[in-house]
Amino acid sequence: MTELAVLPPDFAKEAAIMEKTWASKPGVIGWLSETGHKQIGLRYIVTAFLFFLAGGIEAALMRIQLLKPENHFLGPDAYNQIFTMHGSTMMFLFAVPIMEGFGVYLVPLMLGTHNVAFPKLNAFGYYIYLFGGLFLYTMFLLHAAPQAGWFSYVPLAGPQYSPGKGVDTWAQMITFTEVSGLVVAVELVVTTFKQRCPGMSLNRIPLFVWSMIVVSFMIIFAMPAVMIASGYLSLDRLVGTHLYNRSEGGDPLLYQHMFWFFGHPEVYIIFIPGLGFVSSILTAFTGRKIYGYTAMVSTLVVTAFLGFSVWVHHMFATGLPQLGESFFTAASLMIVLPTGVQIFCWIATIWSGRFRIATPVMYVIGFFLVFIVGGLTGVMLASIPIDWQVHDTYFVVAHFHYVLIGGALFPLFGAFHFWFPKWTGRMYSEVMGQISFWLLLIGFNVTFFPMHVLGLYGMPRRVYTYQPGMRWGNLNVLASAGAVFMALSVLTMIINFLVSRRAGRVAGANPWNADTLEWSLPSPPPVYNYLHVPTVSGLNAVWDAAPDQPYVTGMRFDRREILITRVLDAEPDHTEQLPGHSPWPFVLSCTMCIGLWGAIFFAWWFTIGAVLSGIALIGWFWPSDRELEDHILREKGELGGLELGMPEPVREEMP
Amino acid sequence: MTASTLAPIQSALHSAGPQAASIEHLWWVFFWICVVVYVITIAFFFIAAIRGRRRAEAVDNPAHDRRLGIFVSTCAAVTIATLFGLLFSSVATGNAIGTFGKNKPGQIEIEVTGHQWWWEVKYPDALAPANQITDANEIHIPIHTPVLLRLDTRDVIHSLWIPNLHGKRDLIPGRVNKFWIQADRPGVYRGQCAEFCGYQHAHMALTVVAESSADFLKWKSHMGEGAPTPMTPAQLRGQQVFLSAPCAKCHNILGLDAYGTLGPDLTHFRSRPTLAAGQLLNTRGNLAGWIMNAPAIKPGTTMPPNQLSGQEMSDLLAYLETLR
Repeated sequence: MTELAVLPPDFAKEAAIMEKTWASKPGVIGWLSETGHKQIGLRYIVTAFLFFLAGGIEAALMRIQLLKPENHFLGPDAYNQIFTMHGSTMMFLFAVPIMEGFGVYLVPLMLGTHNVAFPKLNAFGYYIYLFGGLFLYTMFLLHAAPQAGWFSYVPLAGPQYSPGKGVDTWAQMITFTEVSGLVVAVELVVTTFKQRCPGMSLNRIPLFVWSMIVVSFMIIFAMPAVMIASGYLSLDRLVGTHLYNRSEGGDPLLYQHMFWFFGHPEVYIIFIPGLGFVSSILTAFTGRKIYGYTAMVSTLVVTAFLGFSVWVHHMFATGLPQLGESFFTAASLMIVLPTGVQIFCWIATIWSGRFRIATPVMYVIGFFLVFIVGGLTGVMLASIPIDWQVHDTYFVVAHFHYVLIGGALFPLFGAFHFWFPKWTGRMYSEVMGQISFWLLLIGFNVTFFPMHVLGLYGMPRRVYTYQPGMRWGNLNVLASAGAVFMALSVLTMIINFLVSRRAGRVAGANPWNADTLEWSLPSPPPVYNYLHVPTVSGLNAVWDAAPDQPYVTGMRFDRREILITRVLDAEPDHTEQLPGHSPWPFVLSCTMCIGLWGAIFFAWWFTIGAVLSGIALIGWFWPSDRELEDHILREKGELGGLELGMPEPVREEMP
Repeated sequence: MTASTLAPIQSALHSAGPQAASIEHLWWVFFWICVVVYVITIAFFFIAAIRGRRRAEAVDNPAHDRRLGIFVSTCAAVTIATLFGLLFSSVATGNAIGTFGKNKPGQIEIEVTGHQWWWEVKYPDALAPANQITDANEIHIPIHTPVLLRLDTRDVIHSLWIPNLHGKRDLIPGRVNKFWIQADRPGVYRGQCAEFCGYQHAHMALTVVAESSADFLKWKSHMGEGAPTPMTPAQLRGQQVFLSAPCAKCHNILGLDAYGTLGPDLTHFRSRPTLAAGQLLNTRGNLAGWIMNAPAIKPGTTMPPNQLSGQEMSDLLAYLETLR
């Protein structure tokens, strides 16, 4: 196995030029104008992690309230706000954005390109997500948070039964985060299909990138459904339409259909990147390519398709015709198969690899232990009669925490440890990593396993308290005790990372001997990623690299220039110049906030916001002097090397 | 004081009727199959991990991959077969439950209406509509008799769940959902709202009393009678308090000039085991506290606090005591 050479010294001059071309601007305005994918990706990850901590604190408050029957720690008002915030935060502000953040950070690196396809749009997506989350939390701190649940069923969330601005805030937060999700999805699809380095044909795309492509397409099809659902809800509440009002010809079940048409794919949107993490980590720690690459990719795609045909299993108790519901049972059972095949392929990979153990792998083991339980309880929930009993009970709470924490959080924490050396250039403490893993594994199971039993013993979800005679007290105490371990685990991990960031052992380019392209770069990677666009000659780019693996040359160093390749075989096609810094994404997200937040209180704000956003868009698209200059030169044909067609794309230039 | 000592069972694993029993049976089928699948998969995983730990070098060649292919394909085939088995058993059970009660004699129909946060229960009489019985937060049913529940809601979506008898069914505005229950063992079973319905979703319970046909008919005929006439002066004064205070605006008492429908019917409410949809035991002390300041006990309730003098309160309680 050969490592791709790290930046050779005789390219120092070029590197200096590239450094200047791609450099961040100083100051607050520079920070707000940043469009680099690594910075934006890390902002997503850090922001989402902070929301995760907030959601965790909310969970802790709920666990305290449920410690004993008829507890007065939180009243119904506070509890209902908190469980709504917990669900909304974890789903919309943590789980999806942090996976998107990983995609934004890693995908361009894994593909061998300099930035995502639309850097300004990418920055805009981050701000709109941040503002959506901040708005929700501002209202929460003002004690005006929504309290109709993260699902906001009508008519409870409608104008009659949820007065105040809470649900409006929720609906607007949905709009913000979904816009952001769509932005990232479009970014990743275009980046993956058009910016892969030469040689990375479709069958050589790393599995993590495949998982992000699949998720991106799911986002593109699922998010519009929830935006319509929450948009109609806003209209019912703010404008007085009756789209969900039965007595005026609307239908409350319409909301449930649209919400779950998004809501179930959402689960896959959250844990499919987790499957990608598992594949990345296992490749590195078994030292061989994942067995059954084609099967892995096609099962991801099949999962995505099936994921859109199971939503009615959230509505088995609504009294829909039973024969029709049975089709959704069949689909919900069959979705086990693609995930099962992935698990068997990983087992086959471990069997034939040289299996090494470190913290990222421990989290993968946790993933197997926990996620499979969630998958199997999912099988039970697919059965209509069983679902009638356990639907909306703590059994379901246990089930989806096993799926989401097992399928997404364990791999995510594994990914934190796996890529930590790449982000920071230093190693985390292995001892503390292992401690945090065991705390999480034990704490998680102590917290959530008893909930299966609670559900079967009749405890419904979303109750702020329960009565002494119900005999649910002991299991609830156990669950709350487990939560302490989970909190300690997260705390250990944070301390580990904060300390290791400065004091850890220097990691080097590829501490795990991993296979994807980002490990060929120094840690942390330079601001421009690759000085020369690399080429690959196999699925495991780093391992399969020839000693004289060529680079793409002839591209400009003094422009943010990227190589565009063809969709199927990644043959070089032409180059494009990406925009640099721009304050306009930030400005546009501010003007959109004015319009959409204001509309909650007074309809005219919407118009004001729209006009201001129009102005911001003019600024956004106004070409810079350099762009104009280049355009004129290109028109005159004087901008050498930027012509379409790439006459000689690949020149051997091995340092 | 809360309804602690009452504690009727509320468990999906202690079935008392045919529907819950067949679901419980299906549950155990699924449970044991899933346990076996889990154990086998995790065993494979750890065997692979031990094997992988012992290797000095990863194996990655076509011949080896072919053997792995056989392993993965076999596992996938077994998965498909298992899933089909589960699918058929689930659909068969669902079909049996769904067609239960068709063409069965001796059916009883009960209308259950959800309110934030209590249950209104009506026993309509098709031949003599005036004989309809109205009750709240308790359902009396005769054992061994299929009972058809018609579910409707006055406000938001609720979900009726009596785990010992059946799974849950939603109460959705503008739709009447029907489902069948039957109890085969006499007993008291607790049910609870299972769809989040706002502030007091946690306190929206009801009791199902399954009793012999004779007991059921006795109860029903008693419920059909109006409230007894007050006998003592205190009871008479209490009745006047009831009529002059806001009580009568929301509550109905059969035989009295009180026709409110916003709150539960009170004609025989002292015979119910609980107050406030299962939150309080139906004792005199709890009742007094509830009348004085219901929102303090159950924040969000539509029952307002009442400012009554000590004398008025004791008269009112004396009167309410007769509503058995």
